Amino acid sequence: MAWTRKDLLAMRDLDAAEITLLIDTAASLEEIATREIKKVPALRGKTIVNLFYEASTRTRTSFEIAGKWLSADVVNFSASGSSTAKGESFIDTAKNIAAMSPDVVVVRHSSAGAAAILARELKCGVVNAGDGAHEHPTQALLDLLTIREKKGHFDGLHVAIVGDIAHSRVARSNIHGMRKLGMTVTVAGPPTLIPPHVQELGVKVAYRLEDAIRDVDVIMMLRLQQERMTAGLIPSLREYSHYWGLTLDKLAEHARPDVLIMHPGPVNRGVELSPEVADGPYSVILDQVAKGVAVRMGVLFLLAGSRGSGDHA
Amino acid sequence: MSLLVRNGRVIDPANQVDAIADVLIESTTITRVGPKLPAPEGAELVDATGKVVCPGFVDIHVHLREPGYEYKETVATGTRAAAAGGFAAVCTMANTQPVNDNRSITDYILEKARSEGRVRVYAIGAVTRGLRGEELAELAELAEAGCVAFSDDGKCVMNANLYRRAMEYTLPFGTPVISHAEDQHLSKGAAMNEGVVSTELGIPGAPAAAEDVMVARDILLAELTGAHVHIAHLSTAGAVRLVREAKARGVKITAEVTPHHLTLTEEAVRAFDANTKMSPPLRTKRDVEVLIEALADGTIDCVATDHAPHALSEKEGEFDHAAFGVVGLETAVAVLLDRLVRPGLLSLPTLVTRMSRGPARLLNLPGGSLAAGAPADVTILDLDRELTVDPSKFHSKSRNTPFAGCALRGGPWMTIVNGKVVWR
Repeated sequence: MAWTRKDLLAMRDLDAAEITLLIDTAASLEEIATREIKKVPALRGKTIVNLFYEASTRTRTSFEIAGKWLSADVVNFSASGSSTAKGESFIDTAKNIAAMSPDVVVVRHSSAGAAAILARELKCGVVNAGDGAHEHPTQALLDLLTIREKKGHFDGLHVAIVGDIAHSRVARSNIHGMRKLGMTVTVAGPPTLIPPHVQELGVKVAYRLEDAIRDVDVIMMLRLQQERMTAGLIPSLREYSHYWGLTLDKLAEHARPDVLIMHPGPVNRGVELSPEVADGPYSVILDQVAKGVAVRMGVLFLLAGSRGSGDHA
Repeated sequence: MSLLVRNGRVIDPANQVDAIADVLIESTTITRVGPKLPAPEGAELVDATGKVVCPGFVDIHVHLREPGYEYKETVATGTRAAAAGGFAAVCTMANTQPVNDNRSITDYILEKARSEGRVRVYAIGAVTRGLRGEELAELAELAEAGCVAFSDDGKCVMNANLYRRAMEYTLPFGTPVISHAEDQHLSKGAAMNEGVVSTELGIPGAPAAAEDVMVARDILLAELTGAHVHIAHLSTAGAVRLVREAKARGVKITAEVTPHHLTLTEEAVRAFDANTKMSPPLRTKRDVEVLIEALADGTIDCVATDHAPHALSEKEGEFDHAAFGVVGLETAVAVLLDRLVRPGLLSLPTLVTRMSRGPARLLNLPGGSLAAGAPADVTILDLDRELTVDPSKFHSKSRNTPFAGCALRGGPWMTIVNGKVVWR
């Protein structure tokens, strides 16, 4: 199958075959990281703009490395610090960037739908690198690639996503991706952090950590933002971490011995994950980061490269 | 100067008329309605064969934006939009800049209306100074200046005691209090309806309960004070149930519904088009069904557009940063004829009632009737007119409609205000 979309905006838009193509493409590019000369000419002469309206070190760096390993020219534009401070609107900035003829724009923004709005305005490809609490498709793809590598398949796997589901674009993208690939998903957290009607997305809901992690193949812990306390969603960090923080003891008591622990980063060490879990034997957090570069190479290649030709290496 | 509208289907609910007839207007007054009226000498003749002749439509909820937001709309452009949409009269809300919370602003609006208005304009005064919800505006003077109702629309008067006092204080004026029913704690940060769609989109949602809680409160306050409370832009099944039950108990409560809440659901937000963002937000399919039923059975008294013009720059960017509200004057009649009347969800006479006599009676406005002696405000509809909504052709200064590109059948054909054809 060939990639036919101009943009990568949301996992909800994709079917299982498209998701598999994205993951397979990423997997085929993974070995570039092990080369002595980490560069292939696949995107030589292509321009990629990283348009980041929200502070991000990891995701931006990951996209930047991915573009550079494919020989694209990568330009970083941190909109929070420059033109937006002068009152330039999102649409206006976007149009100005477009006038410079990039091949792909990677956008991160605090507003849900920002990538979709940009994609409507721009002729070039747009990659959603996170739009508010909506979606973060490359994160879901790198999570899926990690799971497939560690477990060998997706069929019948059961994943628990734990924490602030309501405000998490990572949770949303993973729910769509995992459901489409035939996995079972349980979301868990205090009810105030579980978005309304989430069951209608085909997931189970648990309100106790012990229930959520029992017998699952993968536990994905989400980052808890400090501002959830001031919004009255949880009483205190202390209480949250007591009931929802994952520790080696809880894992030993309730989880399977071959469980994978994932986290999209950055980890609040000691809040949702104890340092022993984050750095422990179950953790695949750094594998996720490494796969992130491969996934972003794959996405940029499919969007900006010679479409579907396959001779990228 | 006389005008004879000939051979149309005259629907005049106030007088139980639904028949092919002529309507004779002399000067500013309707003088006769009946079959085959002789034309007075020199009368202008309008052939309304195949058309529907109704009392002039009244929209009791618009934002003309003047003074202060003339870049969005003015009395001149807003009333041209009204005329082109088949409305003979509009009531304009108080959230101007400065707020219409004192007599000089009311005078200014009404003077603008006299000099530049294409249709009748009535002013709605603020309940509280600056719409701040802290102290009462000078309500008696506003009423004397001509305000026909009071509302902090756009904001909810969260202080129940202050709102109670406003209801009591205005009792002698016969001016209803109009509620923007929204608990602002429950709706804090929300940009759409709370439900499975907001969950998927990651956009903060306002639960239906944010509206229902306040509708319930305002029903109880209406009961306590004996005041007439009118619920603006009612949008939930729960609020319909509350209003229906309160009316059955004899509470003086009335309600309006917008064309967009009658025809669109939260699903429309999926494209992240800010022209689907308004307050209250688009709700669920079930809410829409219940609203249509309530409009048909009279639980909801009238249609009002909540015409809320905004400049492109306030609507083109990020969804959560965009302004709330959509324009409605130039699409309301066509949308309702096409989406409700044509499929048989609402009868034509009921729609005519809910857009003319219904709203006029609520605010004690002249009009809403084609009886001899009534003011000569007439709306004529063409049920076969086909049009595709093209915002670039709007008379309004603003283009923020959720109906752009919709192909609609049926719409206004002519608007007569005070005996004069103001749009055809």
